[in-house]
Amino acid sequence: MGGMKTDRVNDFALKIGTVNGTGSASANGLIMQSIFRMGVPVSGKNVFPSNIQGLPTWYEIRVNGSGHVARTPDFDLIVAMNPETYARDIEELVPGGWLLYDSSWPMADTLRREEVIFLGVPLAEMCVKAFDGGRTRILMKNIAYTGALAALLDIDMAVIRGLLEETFGEQKRHLLEANFEAIRLGYDYAAENFECPLPIRLEGMDATRESILIDGNTAAALGCVYAGATVAAWYPITPSTSLVDAFTAYCRRLRVEEETGRSRAAILQAEDELAAAGITIGAGWAGARAFTATSGAGISLMTEFIGLAYYAEVPCVFFDVERVGPSTGMPTRTQQGDILLCAYASHGDTKHVCLYPKDPAECFEFSVQAFDLAERFQTPVFVLSDLDIGMNDWVVPRFRWDDEYRPDRGKVLDAEALAEIETFYRYLDVDRDGIPYRTIPGEDPKGAYFTRGSGHTKYGKYTEDPDEYQEVVDRIAEKIDRAAEAVPRPEIRTRPDARYGLVTLGGCDGAVREAIERMEAEDGIRLDYMRIRGFPFAPEVGGFIEAHDLNIVIEQNRDAQLKSLLTLETPASKERLTSVLRYGGLPLSARHVIAGVKDRLGLAAETAEGVSA
Amino acid sequence: MTYIAKPRVFHPSLDKNELGLTRRDYEGVMSTLCAGCGHDSVTAALIEAAWELAIPTHRAAKMSGIGCSSKTTAYFMSESHGFNSVHGRMPSVASGANAANRDLVYIGVSGDGDSLSIGLGQLCHAVRRNLNLLYIIENNGVYGLTKGQFSASADMGSKSKRGVPNEQPPIDPALLGLSIGATFVARGFSGDKNQLVPIIKAGIRHPGLALVDVISPCVTFNDHVGSTKSYAYTREHFREAVEAAFVAPKDFVPPADEITADIRSADVRDVPMHDGSVIRFRQVEGDYDATDRDAVYGYLRERQNAGEVPTGLLYVDPESRDLHDVLGTVDRPLWNLPFEELCPGADALDALMENYR
Repeated sequence: MGGMKTDRVNDFALKIGTVNGTGSASANGLIMQSIFRMGVPVSGKNVFPSNIQGLPTWYEIRVNGSGHVARTPDFDLIVAMNPETYARDIEELVPGGWLLYDSSWPMADTLRREEVIFLGVPLAEMCVKAFDGGRTRILMKNIAYTGALAALLDIDMAVIRGLLEETFGEQKRHLLEANFEAIRLGYDYAAENFECPLPIRLEGMDATRESILIDGNTAAALGCVYAGATVAAWYPITPSTSLVDAFTAYCRRLRVEEETGRSRAAILQAEDELAAAGITIGAGWAGARAFTATSGAGISLMTEFIGLAYYAEVPCVFFDVERVGPSTGMPTRTQQGDILLCAYASHGDTKHVCLYPKDPAECFEFSVQAFDLAERFQTPVFVLSDLDIGMNDWVVPRFRWDDEYRPDRGKVLDAEALAEIETFYRYLDVDRDGIPYRTIPGEDPKGAYFTRGSGHTKYGKYTEDPDEYQEVVDRIAEKIDRAAEAVPRPEIRTRPDARYGLVTLGGCDGAVREAIERMEAEDGIRLDYMRIRGFPFAPEVGGFIEAHDLNIVIEQNRDAQLKSLLTLETPASKERLTSVLRYGGLPLSARHVIAGVKDRLGLAAETAEGVSA
Repeated sequence: MTYIAKPRVFHPSLDKNELGLTRRDYEGVMSTLCAGCGHDSVTAALIEAAWELAIPTHRAAKMSGIGCSSKTTAYFMSESHGFNSVHGRMPSVASGANAANRDLVYIGVSGDGDSLSIGLGQLCHAVRRNLNLLYIIENNGVYGLTKGQFSASADMGSKSKRGVPNEQPPIDPALLGLSIGATFVARGFSGDKNQLVPIIKAGIRHPGLALVDVISPCVTFNDHVGSTKSYAYTREHFREAVEAAFVAPKDFVPPADEITADIRSADVRDVPMHDGSVIRFRQVEGDYDATDRDAVYGYLRERQNAGEVPTGLLYVDPESRDLHDVLGTVDRPLWNLPFEELCPGADALDALMENYR
């Protein structure tokens, strides 16, 4: 066999091309989870169509012993199960790479590429012989490639077997055996016909013992459960739907009153995103920790309500799992295109607290913080993740919980506290910190007030008076500015003598940090790093920018939204900022960051061209 | 004029309800609507109903959207929380509030613009959700604050102040409500407080969404000859289909001076509600059955085709299951559940993590 000369143990990427709706998701998940169980850092990216059945879909797996598992566009091995995409799949292989395909039917010679090694496995033929029924044969064909990969990559068969046992259990023993038989077919064929394992292969490690494999939407939902959220309102939209699905599933398990079997949470599927926002705000006003989960299109619809919550000062949490815009855009692809939308959502002067998790672990952590911030500052809080973080499985440290945690309900006056004061005024800045006191409806007659989105005085009365109006909106502006001290601080990593800074947010973290390491190791370029985690920007954000001659802001949108926000909201001069932007819908990779950064620094970017994908 | 404070000096002989409150205690700030506005009469009926039911003022939440009608939540029960939200979106805000705290009395006031045009979707879905909410539509067929455009409830051929006839068919909230499963549908007239007060009382006690369409003429933009939402037209075409009275549960102490003799005839039918209260109907029409959805629908169509405005507590579903019944939530208000009951804790999280290995 040809291919790569040197062994690349625990350092390779593969991609599996299948047809949507053929059960390949379970097979791909099995491979990913097996590698994770072998203790090797891994990531899986589902590149799927907006479709239920029939269109091409891909699953990308990157294995990296050093923990660099951001997406890479450089595939060493592709499993091509969809003849419709053969040409494209073959094209995407690195020179010397392997193509595993179903050789039950011949591959057209025109598709052959010299520097690619073709590994034909008659998957369909073997499964037709071994199994009955059309649907079963299709499903088993997809399971069978898992077996071939196990042989080629040295995936531990005992781990695979163990996972199948966990999935099917004793009750579904026949399914377990059928699946394992299919895996065995693929394994045996590969072992007999090819030189196994390939130079790209796995070796057990101990790097994932304290980790879990989880997607960001599930993690955020779990955060909502732990934060004590009791009302969720939503309208189905990719890629946020699974967040509420997960919350629903957790509530069925963790929020049931034992004596009655009834639920300690209300989950309302609304008629649209406007209603979802209204329900969330109504519940927040009535004292519950309430949230909605949506994507950019939903935020667009919610903006009128967001302004109400801002101006009437109602705590509520919005999860925006970003996807590609504008308009319907590409609903199943990722982007960071809602940074400006969320920061200033609604008409008139508004500004909102935003949190930017980098992975599922921060989705869990930030969702709890979002409720605390919303109640402390009596305002909407946005958690911006994206399709890549929200829907893909990530290897992250196990979540921990501190039983000492108590929700920060902010300044709430109960009946007892109201008894101590003469008169309650909802919007009076009693403590001179911009944050007024609120009451919960129904608690005490003294606490009653009239909530309105129309002009109001600090006493909560309707007004059209310029000074009375300005006094309230100025106080709200001050309140939101103060949140800069309370949002998660930026993550800053510095290197000695670095003159340039890379600035990013959210899910770009992995690719940018990998790029920084590689540029230092390969080119001797030292770069400082700042990952912004919250808005309004903490004071360090402006400081970091001022401290560097040039800051390259790396983000996944066309219009440099984070950079724009930095120029608007920090004292930093525009000249110190430049951009590297990727926004085609796939997660960021280090290769693109390196090419872009070198270009901005005026260095020869050997890969600047041809870096598409 | 809101800046004119209402005098708070009460005559000592004012009637008191079981809470020792007078009707004045259920009033709000001074109305800023036009003199003679039907909405002010609805406000008066709401005050009367809330006083008679002896609702603790702070246990009520007044929900509204935007428009003349929505402003009225400031004009009654000033010791209640109020939420004047966004145009057409009162139903969702009320849904959220109700989800968070099921124990408050929710009084929603909307209008025909707010509920039948911009908020039509929200109205329909709140009806389907059947949250426990009194939902009053103060229906005058026009947009008042923007000076007299037709609303979606304007009848075909009804003329604007400038004499232009409406040429789009109306949306009738009562028929709409019946067709999408409303569990309580009524129609009243702001000019008939005797009919309206019992309807509101029954609506407040109804365990679900009580949709009350009140023809409430706009004296400034829609009270002229040729309008089908004027005082004169409504009086002339008003037809009472069924007379309803709300009879409180046995353990309910009536107001000190019970003013409603309720039903005036012996020919009555009692429909018991889940909380022990009773809605007592007297058919004005021969065999009118206020619990037969299809028959009520047919009756409304027939009478409306004959040019009449059928009124009364038109339909009630005694088996109404509200939002919380359907969701299966706990009896206690969700907002106030102790954190220990909501947060599973560190050990549970550690155990849960094993599922993600």
